[in-house]
Formats: sequence, C-alpha cells, structure tokens
Amino acid sequence: MGRSLTDSLGASDSVGPTLSSELAIITCKNVELTFGSGSNKQSVLNDLSLEVQSGQIVSLLGPSGCGKSTLLRVVAGLIEPDIGEVLVDGERVSKRMPRSSREKLSFVFQEPALLPWRTVWQNVILPPQLRGTDDSIETREFIEHLLGLVGFQKSDWRKIPSQLSGGMKMRASIARAMSTRPSILLLDEPFAALDDMLRAKLNDLLLAIASEQKCTMLFVTHNISEAIYLSDAIAIMGQGRIVERLTVPFAFPRQAALRSTGEFARCYGQVAELLSKGHA
Amino acid sequence: MPSKKLLTYIAPILVFAFVATVWHWTVQWLKIPSIVLPTPIAVLKALWLERVVLLKSSWVTLQAAAAGLFCSALFGSMVAIVLSQSSLLRVALYPYVIFLQTVPIVAIAPLLIIWSGNNFRTIVLVATIISIFPVISNVTSGLLSVNENLRELFRMQSATRWQMLTKLRIPAAIPQLVLGLRISAGLSVIGAIIAEFFVGNSGEYDGLGTIMTARQANLKTAELMAALMACTCLGILLFGCVNLLSATLLRRWTRSTGFESEPK
Repeated sequence: MGRSLTDSLGASDSVGPTLSSELAIITCKNVELTFGSGSNKQSVLNDLSLEVQSGQIVSLLGPSGCGKSTLLRVVAGLIEPDIGEVLVDGERVSKRMPRSSREKLSFVFQEPALLPWRTVWQNVILPPQLRGTDDSIETREFIEHLLGLVGFQKSDWRKIPSQLSGGMKMRASIARAMSTRPSILLLDEPFAALDDMLRAKLNDLLLAIASEQKCTMLFVTHNISEAIYLSDAIAIMGQGRIVERLTVPFAFPRQAALRSTGEFARCYGQVAELLSKGHA
Repeated sequence: MPSKKLLTYIAPILVFAFVATVWHWTVQWLKIPSIVLPTPIAVLKALWLERVVLLKSSWVTLQAAAAGLFCSALFGSMVAIVLSQSSLLRVALYPYVIFLQTVPIVAIAPLLIIWSGNNFRTIVLVATIISIFPVISNVTSGLLSVNENLRELFRMQSATRWQMLTKLRIPAAIPQLVLGLRISAGLSVIGAIIAEFFVGNSGEYDGLGTIMTARQANLKTAELMAALMACTCLGILLFGCVNLLSATLLRRWTRSTGFESEPK
C-alpha cells in the first residue's frame, strides 16, 4: 500500500490543490458491511481501511460490484457499517450524526438527480434552502459565482432540467453539491454517462473547483485515465477492501496535454495491469 | 386521398353513421316497438325536444360530479399523505381504502340518504366515495416512489420530514395525482348519476339520474336514451376539463414552483 506510480517519484500523498488548515480528513477503520441475511448474506465491505488527507483527491477504482459506491455511501453516513467506523475530521459518521458534521459532506450522484420541476437556479440553491440560509446575499452571490464557474450563462438559470443537455445537467448537479461549501465532496461515477470530450472538459472543471474551493474529494470511477488525471492518489478496490494504494506523480495544476505524455501512458499501463492482475 | 388528420375526424363520424343506419333499419325491418328500442331519429328528436330540461339537469349533475371530484382530489391526497408517512399506517388503513373501491355503491346509496338526507350533499358524497380510490392509490404511489438519489440528497442535507414532504414528495407526486384525477373524472359522473337515481325519487333533486328514473317509469324510451346521451357527453366534458386542467397545472407546476427563490 502507498507506493507510487512510475519510477519518477516526486509526488507525495499530500500533493494537490492548495491546502487549508480547516480541511477535513476521511478515515475508514476496519469497516465491514454485509447485505442480506441467511443464505443470501453477502459481504460488501470487508475489513476496509482507508485514509484521505486534507485537500487530496482520491479516486476509487475497481470492478463493478466491488463496493466502491457502497463505500461512498458509508462515508456519507447514508449506510452504517456493521463493524468498524468512519471518521470525518475526527468525528464518527452515522445516520444520527449532528447536522453540523453532516454539512461538511456533499454528494454527486451518477445521475444528475435534479428536481425536474425546479429551474437550474432553484436546484442549485436547494441545499442552502433546506438549511435555511438561501436568503442571505452571501449565499446568492456564491450561487451566482458557482453557476458561472460551471459554465452557465445567466439566461440558463431559469431553464428546467428537461431543457438541458446531459453535460449541463451534470454541471448543475456539481454546482448544487458545492452550494453549501462542503469540505468533502463524494462523487459516484458522475461522468459515466458522458462522452469522452465532455468527460475531459468536466474533469478540468472539477479540478478548477477543487483548487478554488479547497475541498477533499473521494471519486469513484471506472475510467483509469480519469482517475490518474484527477487524483493525488488512486485506491484500487477488490472484494470489498482496498487492495492497492498508488500515488499519482503529476503536480497540480494539470493540463489536458498531460494525457498524451509518455509518462501518463506508463501510469495508465501500470494501473491497468494492477487491475487485470486480479488485485481488484 | 384525405389527409391523415382529416381522417381521424371523419372515421368516427362514418362509424357513427354506419351504426345509426344499421340500428334504424334493424328497428324498421324487425318492427321493434319504440318503447323497447326507438329509432335513432326518434332519439335525436327527443334530444331536441328535451334540450332545455336536459341542459338544466346536466348542469345540476355536472356540479355534483365536479364537487365530488374536487373532494376526491382534496381528501384523497390528504389520505395518501397520511398513508405515505409510515408503513404501519399503510398496513392499518389500506384495507379500509380498498373497501372504498369494492363497496357496492348501489347498495349503500340508500343508507347514505338516511344519514345525509335527500339533498345535493348526498349526491356529492356518493360521487366522492366512488371516485376517491384512484386518487388515493396513485398519489400514495407517487409519494412513495420518489427517486432514491433524490431522497439521499435530502438526507445528506439533514432535511426534516416536513421538508422532505413539501419540497420533494408532494411535487414529485403531482403527475400521479393528475393520472388519478383522469380516472376519477368519469367515475364521479357515474357516482353522481347513481346517487340521483335514489335521491331524485323524492322529487327534490333534478339531475340527469332523476330525469332518467322518471322517463323509465313512464316508458319514454327515446327520452331515456336522449338522457343517456347527455350523461355520456357530461362524462366526456368533465374528462376533457380535467385533461385541460392537468396540462395547465403540469406546465405551471414544472415552471413556477419556488419562484420566490429566483434571483432578483
């Protein structure tokens, strides 16, 4: 665990967007989770341990059904583990965790999950609205800033989801997740349904957001190239546990041209090999 | 060749003309007495002669059916909200909701008259009972089948039960409510007419059901069939109104919810 990709080291676990002393840390300690009962009992997370440092972007890679999305939901406090614990900034995550602790976390789903009857603006302002902070000028200015950051024109703010393309819906979904200034962003294959060009654009957008908002990200993906491009570290999952953790040796900020370098291709090959070797 | 759009209007008219012609010649050829089956011309003649009475009766029945439909939408939605709050409540109350669907309304209408009297209120009550089940069933389903990701989104924000209901479940269930109302529209007309069969006997209420009972007693079959045509038209009218309302409501619903939080 904890080894670096490629021979050209020089990137450590803590490399990433500018760090801040307030940033959170995710700690999963010996997490076990089982679904079903009796003969249908199925172990989903199996003595899983993982640490994510403040400001890091960590990608979870692994085959379908290895428990990546479930791990994300456990970290979010949506599912409680049978054994073990998850700590966010030193506080134990649970379904009954205090509101102030839960507010540090935000989630981007695989589908944009926008409310179809709400406009883009109303969807993005929903989390502050649920917290009762949507009336403040500061919040509104921040939402306006976020919508600009993710590439929405002012004329798009009143559009409803059915009037948006898949990429625009996902941009709105990311802006909504950031609307409460979370210190941890959990992303569950958010770009899986998008084409390669759009996916690359949204990767850059995500890096820009991470850099500006200085938040820790735990990112589930099946795409090796995306995982290398976005992350400080890659955790490879298999059979409900982390089987390998790799440090990505590229400094931030990253440019699209990085993907076409030989070093990137070597990294890609190493990760692909680790995945196919049956580590996951 | 007429265009496809024109054909969609002409085809049903041609079918009507064909059925009316066959009906007319069958009555003539078999010499069926007019009290058993009048000719279509006799029915149309009765429809014209009774037009004022039928229009007045239709208006009365329409009011009762519309009031019944409104009560179904209101109380049905309220019951659905209660049912959506816990599985225990659903287990405890759902058998009684199914009772509303299976109850033989013809059998309990006299009982309702005893309790509520020979009046408009009883007609509305019967129309409500007969048309409330599709609303309860559809709205409950709409409230409970909200997208899992959306529920998790609200849970992540520590949304209260009230916020979950008002900002997620109820708006998400509106299309299901509209679907339920479309089914209930026809049922409310049937309920109102059935109730009028009973209530109308007292002579205090003059809806289409009352007219039909009177015409049947006097063996005025052509007039009875004319009233029947008015009933059908009434059902179609109410269904059309609900469709129009739902199109407007859904358009407004998708575009205006929460406009108070639009940017200035």
